[in-house]
Amino acid sequence: MMPTAHRRLLFLLLALLSAVSILAASAIGSVTLDWARWSAAITDSSSEFGELVWRLRLPRAAAAWTVGALLSLSGCLMQVLLRNPLADPYILGVSGGASFAALLGMTLGLAAGILPALAWAGAMVSILIVFSLSRGEGPWSGTRLLLTGVVTASGWAALISLLLTLGPDSSLRGMLFWLIGDLSYARLPYWAPAILLLVFLACFGMARSLNVLAMGETTARLLGEPTRKLLWLVYLLASILTATAVSIAGNIGFVGLIVPHLMRLLVGSDHRILLPAAAMFGGLFLVLSDTLARTVLAPRQLPVGVVTALLGVPLFLMLLNRARVKQ
Amino acid sequence: MSVLACKQVDVRIAGIQVANKLDLEIRQGQFWGLLGPNGIGKTTLLKCLSGLDHAAGGKVLLENKDINQLPRKLLARHIGMLQQHTVYVFDSSVLQTALTGRHPHLAYWEREGATDLGKARDALESVGLEGFEARSVTGLSGGEARRLAFAALLVQEPGIMLLDEPTNHLDLKHQVEIMRMIEQRTRGGSSSAFAALHDINLAARYCSHVVMLFGEGAWCAGPTAEMLNETSLERLYNCPVERLESASGPRFHPKAD
Repeated sequence: MMPTAHRRLLFLLLALLSAVSILAASAIGSVTLDWARWSAAITDSSSEFGELVWRLRLPRAAAAWTVGALLSLSGCLMQVLLRNPLADPYILGVSGGASFAALLGMTLGLAAGILPALAWAGAMVSILIVFSLSRGEGPWSGTRLLLTGVVTASGWAALISLLLTLGPDSSLRGMLFWLIGDLSYARLPYWAPAILLLVFLACFGMARSLNVLAMGETTARLLGEPTRKLLWLVYLLASILTATAVSIAGNIGFVGLIVPHLMRLLVGSDHRILLPAAAMFGGLFLVLSDTLARTVLAPRQLPVGVVTALLGVPLFLMLLNRARVKQ
Repeated sequence: MSVLACKQVDVRIAGIQVANKLDLEIRQGQFWGLLGPNGIGKTTLLKCLSGLDHAAGGKVLLENKDINQLPRKLLARHIGMLQQHTVYVFDSSVLQTALTGRHPHLAYWEREGATDLGKARDALESVGLEGFEARSVTGLSGGEARRLAFAALLVQEPGIMLLDEPTNHLDLKHQVEIMRMIEQRTRGGSSSAFAALHDINLAARYCSHVVMLFGEGAWCAGPTAEMLNETSLERLYNCPVERLESASGPRFHPKAD
């Protein structure tokens, strides 16, 4: 267990780094602002670069942070739900439904503005399909949920391939960026941080129950948890987090898998520490990744999903290796 | 004061009759041993007694209340169970795992306090895991994991301890120690225990009462001295048994051909 002082220090550090990273992201880019220009832009939105900072970079950085936090939190929950450290936010097909709906919108040439709403609707359809098919009578079955979810996800993947094959070439690039995960056109709808905050508070409130749940359903029941209700609640909360993230930025990979793991290695598996740490680190990680995605090949922009994978994979392998050596 | 009682309980699993119209009363101060051959349904019976499963007929009563009607959290304050296997998927520290025993005693938002920590440390010490607090559960040996699971049960402080083969994976010394600890807790009169066992002699030595499951629903239950004899054990295990007298009471061994 982490001493309280360390825990506070860690949270403070993560919050501070998050704030700094968002501010830095607003200064760095295809046009990097020096201190004088940046402070002028930050204090006066009508100044030369005010528009750039306030209308483009800050909303994008805020969206990146929110999406990173949503995905990391969802990853933590999915891993407990399926009691499998390999579970990620996309495993149960939520993102598949969202992507299919969004891609369908692109194929039909709908306005880009309604794509997030469409994606959200697609995610909800997928959640309902998986929920109603795997619920059934009788006791909770994680295997049934996993299988239903994974097969549903494959179904969506097939439909998505179909759209990619049939779709007009002109929309192919946009579709691909959506599938890899991209923040270029991301706007932060006001309800996304609200969902993040509400779901976080709900999860944080039941963090001790999640600890017990991570030890297995039977153990959790013997320790007084009504696990059936709890597990469905966790499923719904995790799915809502994923749906929100995907509808903003598409399928950004690796964040939801790697951040919970990194944080487990760093702070242990007590969800009272893990959840806030993972949310904040996930946000920070995605802001940094997106800033890199905008600058590495500037003025060309990379989809952030490519960067998260390129950064996340070696980082994860390195830490995993170090943890093993320590043991 | 908590008494766990079976009233005409039918226990079945996958078409197999485990116990037919079982009547039992597990009172405070009693240490029950549950004996029966492999696959006869000992774990299934324990699951019914813990409220994890529903009995096919009859009622399991905690203080005259049907346990399937009671909220799980309330149940967990009275009944605790040591499962046959514990698998840790996620890494955690030994102390953190022992502390999970406090879960049913704490409100949703509550954190474990100094008292809870003290209880967890005491329990770890009593099972010989002092100094293991910061160790990772995934690195424990089978016997250490077993003792940790038992420590978590002690931390839970249930009036009724259900134990599924508590001596599994344990060496001779720790087998005796765990049985002695259960005996001490029950002899104080504040709690009772009900343990599925494979070792007849541990049952003969430590248990005040014994239930035997013969298969096809047949059972018998009563004080250990009356229940354990060559005839009943030969019927139970379908294996010739001989009785030897020792300073601390009778011992039973498979008869040599």
